Parts: sequence; structure tokens; C-alpha cells
Amino acid sequence: MKYTPIIGLEVHVELSTKSKMFCSCPSDYFGKKPNSQCCPVCLGLPGALPVPNKKAIEQTILFGLSVGCGIAEESKFDRKNYFYPDLPKGYQISQYDEPLAFNGTLVIARSESASDAAPLSGASPRQMAGTRNDKQIRIRRVHLEEDTGKLSHMTIGGKNVACIDFNRSGVPLMEIVSEPDFRSIDEVDQYVRKIQQIIRYLGISGADMEKGSMRIEPSISILPASPEQQRGEPISNTTNTTNIEIKLPDYRVEIKNINSFRFVRKALEYEILRQTALLESGVAIDQETRGYSETKNATVSQRGKEDAMDYRYFPEPDIPPMSFAQTQISKLKAQIGELPDQKYERFKSDYGLSDQDSRQLIETIERAEFFEKCVHSAKGLLSSKEIANYLINQKTDTKTQTPIEIIVRIQGSKTFVPVSTEIILEVIHKNLAENSKAVADFKSGKEQVKMFLFGNILKELKGQGDKKKIMELLVLKLSTS
Amino acid sequence: MNIRELTIETALKRMRAGALSATELILSALENIEKYNKIYNVLLTVVDKESLLGEAKKIETSGYDKPLAGIPIVLKDLFSTKGIRTTAGSKVLKSYVPSYDATVVKKLREAGAIVIGKANQDAFAHGSTGENSDFGSTSSAYDVKYVAGGSSSGSAVAVALGMCLASTGTDTGGSVRVPASFNNLVGLKPTYGRVSRYGIIAMASSLDSVGHMTKTVYDNALLLSVTAGIDPYDATTGLQRVPDYLASLSSLKSLKGITIGVSPEYLVVGKKVTDGMNPILEKQTEEALAVFTSLGATIKEIDLPHTKDALETYYVLCPSEVSSNLGRYDGIRYGKGRDAFGLEARRRIMIGTYALSAGYYDAYYTTAQKVRSIVCQEFEKAFESVDIVFAPVSPSPSSIVGELVDDPMSLYLSDIYTVPVNLAGLAALSLPAGFVGNLPVGIQIIGKQWSEDRLYAIASSYEKKTEWYKKGPIL
Repeated sequence: MKYTPIIGLEVHVELSTKSKMFCSCPSDYFGKKPNSQCCPVCLGLPGALPVPNKKAIEQTILFGLSVGCGIAEESKFDRKNYFYPDLPKGYQISQYDEPLAFNGTLVIARSESASDAAPLSGASPRQMAGTRNDKQIRIRRVHLEEDTGKLSHMTIGGKNVACIDFNRSGVPLMEIVSEPDFRSIDEVDQYVRKIQQIIRYLGISGADMEKGSMRIEPSISILPASPEQQRGEPISNTTNTTNIEIKLPDYRVEIKNINSFRFVRKALEYEILRQTALLESGVAIDQETRGYSETKNATVSQRGKEDAMDYRYFPEPDIPPMSFAQTQISKLKAQIGELPDQKYERFKSDYGLSDQDSRQLIETIERAEFFEKCVHSAKGLLSSKEIANYLINQKTDTKTQTPIEIIVRIQGSKTFVPVSTEIILEVIHKNLAENSKAVADFKSGKEQVKMFLFGNILKELKGQGDKKKIMELLVLKLSTS
Repeated sequence: MNIRELTIETALKRMRAGALSATELILSALENIEKYNKIYNVLLTVVDKESLLGEAKKIETSGYDKPLAGIPIVLKDLFSTKGIRTTAGSKVLKSYVPSYDATVVKKLREAGAIVIGKANQDAFAHGSTGENSDFGSTSSAYDVKYVAGGSSSGSAVAVALGMCLASTGTDTGGSVRVPASFNNLVGLKPTYGRVSRYGIIAMASSLDSVGHMTKTVYDNALLLSVTAGIDPYDATTGLQRVPDYLASLSSLKSLKGITIGVSPEYLVVGKKVTDGMNPILEKQTEEALAVFTSLGATIKEIDLPHTKDALETYYVLCPSEVSSNLGRYDGIRYGKGRDAFGLEARRRIMIGTYALSAGYYDAYYTTAQKVRSIVCQEFEKAFESVDIVFAPVSPSPSSIVGELVDDPMSLYLSDIYTVPVNLAGLAALSLPAGFVGNLPVGIQIIGKQWSEDRLYAIASSYEKKTEWYKKGPIL
């Protein structure tokens, strides 16, 4: 029998605020000497009190707004009580029933192996207009909490010990909870990468999985696929499959704290196989929490249903409830720059780029900005498409090269009708003489002027001549004139 | 000179006039500690003499300008003190030495006060007699066979026995007002958020308020003008302006025009006996009320029908928060394991954990929060027609040590007059109201939030008339 995976995700992101969530210790703990960045608050010492970090709250709201969430007018922090050595207060300050942001969506490309799977009951299926291949993943909530300390198990003086580093304790942690809307690992992968991209665009976190500033906890169960899917038939496009409701399986397996894209994929692949084998052999699957072991390349049971935690949530009495005025939220909204999806569309329409090229160029905000600078610097000498091709194919290092260098390089790489050095020099001289102000500007440090003169010279030469040589001669003349 | 005969007001006057030195004051306090500490079990830690005298010398050379210059104070052992052991009265923290000072401690030090020691208390402030201390019960300054009242037990007795001139305490359900009244002192339970809680070991965070005990109303107002105010380290401190408390003391010529509310839930005035109240104590309480009327105040009967429910509510919310706040003493840090918890702490952890558990949360915690709102509304409504509410502090005077230890239920019930104030976050001042035999009893006046100045003004008139504070313990 074929099965469809039903996957939901919790994504944890450490916000890159200057200070921690509830105290003024620096939140950038990576690579710092253990326990060098803590105070009574993040050590949970008796009597210490949390004072929330406004910036972290705003950044969470910014993210919420970026994925179309509603923002709570009233919100609060709650205590999540449990015992663990890395949790110095015996509770984590989190948010329970009043998250800062809720009901958002993120659009990814549909990627369901056999065919479309139906959304879950209660879903509000909203297909993106006209694009059959777009799929909306519903974001249930986005809330804010504090990170815990970090445990390291090591041997000191022949003894096995566990050491606790509290530098990470109290770092702001944003949790993004999706609905169980994923039907394939590929969709999970797309979603996580897109979340990471948005977060980096907003500049609220490096969302670096290697450094642990982004961590993923998938929940997965599997469901026998529909009869059509069993037969391997694609569902015809005319059928409105999105309105078919499916019933969730009565269990789910949560996989804790995975810190790489690769391991997310591996853990899910393993779970699908494991759960399929169990169902095939007629065994009911238990609700449980599992961990992914990199060495075994397998998931391992951590906690069964009977040991399910009762976190005894209750409102955090040390922090007054928060309320947000509409004007506050509007102000934050106005801070959000162009997001990846918007940039993608604009690059296509403004620069006539293909889907593929646009997607590649907007991958990071730095890359997109570099592209636009190149287009600007080219002043019409090169088409956007030519620049895009070059940037994508040459894997340009945007840190060490200037847009002008790129333009010249692209120009230089084009075939040309040869022109003698004398003629080139003549044209250069003429241009420099006619544009004494531009020459003066160049001398006072305005690099851009070079492109203006270069453009004029190329025009006069009717596009003929070795562009690289022309530029070299221009620079020579400019600096000696 | 014995410091016991002084108040902060008189001590400062003498020091500023050059008739007394900070060193003499400290030496007198140390002498009383030496004499009585073992007998009454008051202080758990005394700062070493060398450093105390060093501090006193510093004050002497810099002068007595600061508001509390050279005044020896005692801190309840819940107040974090950098480098000085802070036990919370519990064996769990027997060897815990904080790395920082509580905001209030910082403020008091900056005002020139000298911290002389840390006072015994019910462990983690769980109790109203002082008997729940893991370091043994503290005796009343007025009779060594009797309890000091709790949970700020040592704090009260330290002032009464002359080990200091003022002490700090915390009041979560009466823990300042009860021991103050059992030791003939003025005890303040300030408005929730008036005084920073930062650095003070939490009992129940939404109820804890940081108060103090002094012999007189003047001293009390002086201390609050030092400790009150917003603290960037405590998000629950209020933005409200801190009024001039000392100026407010002389703001009323008489109590004419002041309306005092009395609720039959607290006191049935007249021949009828108030349910559950000691009759002699009731007589003293009514006499105290008569003092207010003799000063011109009018009495108005008010209705606070949810007072009994308030008690039950308190004993759901308080243990719920306790169970969470004590979670950090998990045996990994602070040197002692969970087996070091005393019986009362265990009881509250169990009750609180139960009340917050899935399936019980709505029935207990949510319901309790609703009742809490009702209690707040009742007080709000009462304050529409009265300036203050008059009430006893406790239904009976101090009990014999050991008498009620095995009866937690009747101890819980004795908190009935104090806990509603904490649920509503109001301000209250307990004042001496005479004696039942040798044992002092107190009354409290309750005001709306941020009305400490008003309470001091009214209390000042009452004190001038009664002067109970002049009757020290017979030693």
C-alpha cells in the first residue's frame, strides 16, 4: 500500500538582538568562553526577574507580518514548567495561548509525489491565483520564548561529566509553528529554506543551522494514500481536490531539535520507512517523541505517550501583559522592505528575467542588490539579461568585486570588431576634453563618472573595439590627464 | 544609651546634632544581638563586627546627610545580599551566597543604612507564625514562649529587641503585617509594584510585595521614601510618581471628613462577636476604631462578601506560583537537594503542582483568577465611598510556640484578614493597637493602590493619640 506523509513543522530561530530576551547580557554567544555572558537573570538566580526585550518582540511581529499573520492586540508571556539541567529556573518563559502572531501562510511550490493530497479538515484552502503549482502552507502561530543553556557531555580527569554553558540561556527564540500541511519531504525542505530566506531578508537572525541559530522539529505521521494515488494515477486538474478533507491519523511522532537541512531530510526519510513498516505489519504506531541520531542515521525513541510532559503553563506573573496599538503595528509594517516573493516578481517584470534567473538572483538580499547595482552601472550598455547570466554562471564573488569591474568584464568577454589604438585614443581625448567637469569629478573620487565616459566612448565607436582595452586606456588617460 | 529606646527619627536627630555616633549605635545593636539572639533565634547571619564598625566610621567621616545615615537595619533572609549568605529560612539554601544585591538593598545602602544581619523567617516565607523556619522558630519579643508571627518573624523581633532600628520584610499574604502586629510595630504592605522585587527570593510573584517594619509611622514613611519607585530590573514596578511621604505625615489636622469603611466580614462592630475572633482582641480592635472616630473620622459599613472566597483563592494561586518558583532548587545548583525542603514547602509544591496540572487547571487556577478579579472589584467599589478600610490583622494574638504546628488548616484560616489585600494589590499599614495580656495586637488600615501617603497621614494622627510604640518588651 502507498502512504502519504503528513508533516508539520516547528522552526526555532534565535533572534540576533544585541541583548538577551530578559536581561542585558549579549545574545551573541557563538564561540564565546563558556559562562562568560551571564548574569543573575539568565542564570535564574533566586530573586532575579525578567524584563522583556522590546526589540525581540518587534522582530517577532515583523516576521509575523512578513508571512501574513494577524498580530495579537493583547499578548502575554507564560511559564512552561519542566525540569532539565539546562533550564536554570525550572521553567521556560514562553507563550502559550496568546502568541504574538498567528494565522499566516507561506507559499511554496507544490511537490507531492503521486498527486495532490487533500488538505486537512478545517483547512481553508486558498490556491494562489492561477498557479496550479503553488501551495500554501498555513502558519498556525509565531511566538517568542527564551533559549536554554547548553549541555556538553565530556570526560574530565577520567570522569564522565555533563557541563552546562549558560551563555545561550535567555537568548531570544522565535518559534514558528506550521499546520500539518506538508505532504512530502521536498515541501518541508522548500518551506524551511524560504523561512530562512525571509528571516535573513528581515535581518532578524542569521538563521544559521550549523551554528544552531535555526533548529527544526518535524512532527510526522503517515496515512494510506487515496485510491487514485494507490493506482498511481494523477488526479486530473479539473477535479477540485483541494476541497476534499482528510482525517488526521490519531498519532504523531515528533522529532526533536534537528540542526541541518540534510538531517531533516534523513530523519523524515527514516521515519516514513519505519512507520510504513509498522503499519504494513499491522502495528499501531504510538504517539511519541524521538530524537535523530546522526551516527546511527536513525530516529530513536525519547519519550512515549505515558511520559508526555505536563508543562503546567500559567501566565508569567513577573511580566505584565502586552498590548499593541494598530498604529504600532502599522509602523512596524512600514519597516519591512521588499520580501523575497515581491523581489522575485519585480525582477521578472522590471528586468524581463526568467523564473529561474529571478529566483537565483534574489536568493540573498546582497546578491539581489549587487545585480541591481550592476544594471544601474551598466547605463544601458548591457542588457539586464546579460548581467544576470554573467552573475549566475560565473558565481561572482560580490564581496571582492565592484559592479563596474563586472560590467567591464562582461563587455570585455564579448566579441568585437577591432579598432586601432590610435582611433580609440583619439575618441578618448575628444571625450575628456568635452567633459572636463566629469574628469574633475573622477579626480575627486567619483568612480561612477568612469562609466559615463566609457558609455560615451563606446557610443562614438559604435560598439566596436576591445572593451577591456578601451577601459584600460580610459583609466590610463583619466589618471594622467 | 540603648538603641532599643530610639527610633530612626530620634537617632538621626541625635547623630546630626553630634550627640550620638554611628559607631555607638552599631555597638548598642551588637550588644542586644549578643544578649538576645540565642534566646529568641532572631538573626541567621550577623555581619562581622570589623566590617560593621568600618561602615559606621565611613558614615561618621562623611557626615549624616543621607536619609538613613548610620541606621542599622536587618533584612529578611529573602533579600539577596552580595557576599552575605541568604537562606530564605530554608536548608535548601543553607550555604547560598548571592553574587548581587537586591535593588532595595542597594537603595538602602546608598541611603546610608548599615545592614547588620539577616533575619530568620518561615522557610521561603511559607507561614504566619515563624515556626516553619528550617532554622527553628523565632520567639515574640514580648514573650519568649510565644511565636513572633510570620513569615517575616526575625525582622519584627530584631526591631523590637533593639538589634536594629528598622527591618525589611515581604508581605505575600500578611507576612509583614502579622509579625509587626505581634511585636508592637508599624508594618507596611505597599501597593504591588510600589517597591522593586528584584533580588528578593520569590514566594508567589503576583502577590509578593516588599515592605518593612519600624517602631513609628515617621520611620516607616522615611524608609518607603528610600525604597519606593520604578526599577528597570522589575517589569512590574509602577510608573506612578513617588509622593513625599514625610510631608504627608502632617497633611491632616484631624480626621474630619475621612470615611472609614468597616466590613462585617472583618469586624462586627458592637456587642455581637465576630466569627472566629478572639474576644479580647476584638475589644482592643473596636477600641482602636473608636480612636479614629474620636479624631473625627466617620464609620461606614461596607460589604466585602467574597472575603472568605479570597482566602481559598489565595491558597490556590499562592501554591501554584510557589510550585513554579521553587522549581529551580532542583539539586543541581545551590548545594542541597530537594530532600532539604521542609514540610510546608513540600505541601505547597504538591498543592500548586496539582492545581496547575492538565485537567485541573480550569477548575482551580482559572476559577481562582476569576475570584481574584471579583475581590479586586469589591475593593474598588468600596473605595468609591470610603477613604480607607479598617480591619484587624489576625483573628487571635500570638500563639504558644508549637501549639499550631501540626494544624496547617487553622494556620491558613488565620490569614483571612490579610490575604485579600494581596490579591487586590492594595496598600495596607498595620499599626499597634494595644495588648492582650503581655501580647501586642495590631489593626490595619487598607487603602487603594498607590495611597501610601494617605495611609501615613491617617496613621500619623492615630499614632499621636495612642503612642503604643512607647511600650517596649519587658526583658
